[in-house]
Amino acid sequence: MNKRILLYISLTATLFIVGCGGIPKDALILSADTIEERQIQSRYYDTKNEEAIISASAAVLQDLGFTLDKSETRLGFLVASKDRDARDTGQIAAAVFVALLGGGNMPIDKRQKIRVALIVTPGLDGKKTHVRAKFQRKVWNNREQVSRVETLNDLDIYQEFFSKLSKAVFLEANNL
Amino acid sequence: MKICKLFISVLILLPLLSTSGCQLNSKKQVLATTESQVKIRSIQTRSFDSNNKNKVMRSVISTLQDLDFIVDNADLILGSVSGTKFGGSGRSSYQLKMTVSVRPRGESQMIVRANAQYNLEAIEDPKPYQDFFVALGKSLFLTAQNID
Repeated sequence: MNKRILLYISLTATLFIVGCGGIPKDALILSADTIEERQIQSRYYDTKNEEAIISASAAVLQDLGFTLDKSETRLGFLVASKDRDARDTGQIAAAVFVALLGGGNMPIDKRQKIRVALIVTPGLDGKKTHVRAKFQRKVWNNREQVSRVETLNDLDIYQEFFSKLSKAVFLEANNL
Repeated sequence: MKICKLFISVLILLPLLSTSGCQLNSKKQVLATTESQVKIRSIQTRSFDSNNKNKVMRSVISTLQDLDFIVDNADLILGSVSGTKFGGSGRSSYQLKMTVSVRPRGESQMIVRANAQYNLEAIEDPKPYQDFFVALGKSLFLTAQNID
């Protein structure tokens, strides 16, 4: 009997403590991965024309279906977003499998908001322009709950984006 | 039996204690803070020796990016930069929002103020702000100074 009561008390106490999380200690500390991430997310372009780079970037984002949310060209900043489907075949198959086993209705990802912030700065040598992009997404499931929030660090996403940007910079420089 | 009664009363009291800090009117949150206005300002504000607002703001933006934030908004005239960080993963994922404002003081100094919210709470602990100003100082090659 006593053991049972102790178990109840410890459970209640645990529930009570769970709410007191607070900000993670390393949330605002530069991490060891910072430099590597910065390299993945950045490119230098051989031009001093910051305006041309930012306008080419806006055009590439439009090519990719993003709509521009905010910009402050005097600070070399723009942010854009798009809402897209987030259904994943693997996840749907897993949900069907769970349902067949009698596990009930498992939530699956339904939609996502992808955001990108782009910062253009003059290079330290005064001859180049530095561009840094960062992609982030928020995913909702079919119960309209947020199932995932994450910064995208996949190398191929950034490589493809910058290759498109290089093309756009070339096209705009040649008025194409 | 006595012990049993004691345990049962603890069992009833514990949830009551845990909810005692809860709000009775959520509208009170509109103007609610836990620390005094002066104390909050002092932990959230530093000055830097620079007369270039544009450069300080660009450093704020790059520091936020280094810290994994996405910049949501920036305005040179207002001197404000806001960003959101999606950190952690799975059940421990969190959303951190931050606004940093930069304004000149005198001829040679910039006052930088940061305020942040972690999920549904305002951050009023000095440590995260210290960490942020250390990171910003590195980006500016300057040391953050406490304001008077």
